Amino acid sequence: MLTYRIHGQVVPVPEQAPPPQEGPEYEARLAEFEARIARGEKIEPTDWMPEEYRRQLIRMISQHAHSEIVGMLPEGKWIPHAPTLRRKLILIAKVQDEGGHGQLLYRAAETLGITREEMIEALLAGKAKYSVVFNYPTPTWADVAAIGLLIDGAAVVNQLMLAQGSYGPYARAMKRICYEESFHIKQGYDAFVALATGTPAQRQMMQEAVNRWWYPALMLFGPPDRDSVHTPTLLRWRIKTKTNDELRQEFVDQYAPMVLRLGLTIPDPNLRYDPETGHWRFSEPDWDEFWRVIKGDGPCNAERMAARRRAHEEGRWVREALAAKAGRGVNGGSDGRYAMAGV
Amino acid sequence: MGDTQWPVYEVFLQEKRGDPHVHVGAVHAPDPEMALLLAKEQFARRGRCISLWVVPAEAIYASRAEEAEELFASALEKEYREPRGFRVTERVRRWMERHGQSLPEAE
Repeated sequence: MLTYRIHGQVVPVPEQAPPPQEGPEYEARLAEFEARIARGEKIEPTDWMPEEYRRQLIRMISQHAHSEIVGMLPEGKWIPHAPTLRRKLILIAKVQDEGGHGQLLYRAAETLGITREEMIEALLAGKAKYSVVFNYPTPTWADVAAIGLLIDGAAVVNQLMLAQGSYGPYARAMKRICYEESFHIKQGYDAFVALATGTPAQRQMMQEAVNRWWYPALMLFGPPDRDSVHTPTLLRWRIKTKTNDELRQEFVDQYAPMVLRLGLTIPDPNLRYDPETGHWRFSEPDWDEFWRVIKGDGPCNAERMAARRRAHEEGRWVREALAAKAGRGVNGGSDGRYAMAGV
Repeated sequence: MGDTQWPVYEVFLQEKRGDPHVHVGAVHAPDPEMALLLAKEQFARRGRCISLWVVPAEAIYASRAEEAEELFASALEKEYREPRGFRVTERVRRWMERHGQSLPEAE
């Protein structure tokens, strides 16, 4: 079965064949398209593109968007229980950002010919996938700190790469998102350090959260390159500019020292710095577990989908009210607020 | 079908007085008033902003990528539309040399 990945998620590529794309004219256009990408130019929505490029991007961007939306849940749960008012304000701001990122990404995917509503419905129907990491639970406040540092850290390593990608609207969304994610990592590191430099009980709580989140963070980059069918295509078209394994290594090099410096441990007996290569050696995650969680058998898959559907239902009256108001023609048009009014 | 298949509004943001409004993205909204509110939430959560415009995406009539070469190429040949299309100083200097001309106040 053909599969493709984003954010550690593997899904089958749809059955239906793309429109026939062959012949001399197609070859010429493809050559021009690939030359443009090789020159480092961006592809814009109105440009010609191979159907496979469009299809891969729709899948990647929509799943990335779903991951942002579902990613609000594990941390959102802690908003009412944040240890201080300041932490609560920070967490609200962060979770709001994730919702905003989801909307930016849905919009980027829409430029490829799918609607936001189709994507949202696919998610609610359980047909769409999102990052595997959000199917793990957050039993303590330290999990919020671990997510902020390790999961957001891993996401930024991935997203900085995606910001270099060839599709203009996706790359632009990524730039904006990375800018905001840098706040997420910093607040996560701040909360992480607060616990790691705190009482023995706080240090213990932080250590246990690191034990829970280290391997999910590694999973976020997706399966190893040896199992990754689409990597060559994605690289050739610069949808991705680095492989999963390269990104995973980058993450470990950057984040393992941040944890170890605080006297905490990482649950990997093979983790060590290799002075010869200048990189950290580490164990791969349990890929059997990875595939199980992706296929729906994770600790929180059902809970996440139920929460998402409930939120969608409970927000219905707001959407209806807005539509009703717009339908009555009560809008900003009559109050002199048009930008050029009076010019 | 979803109940939020609303029109798209393109969003333009001005960071400070005197700057141009720059396109920053788009939102879905049932009307302009809501579009402005959502644009504020989406694009002005942090960083400077003193003015936002929202414009129905369908009001934007655009040039086509495949026509771009034909449509805009000739602009590059029209040097006379730009300051660099004129070489004046050198000609003035040569004329002054040839005629022994100098500036009165420079003497």
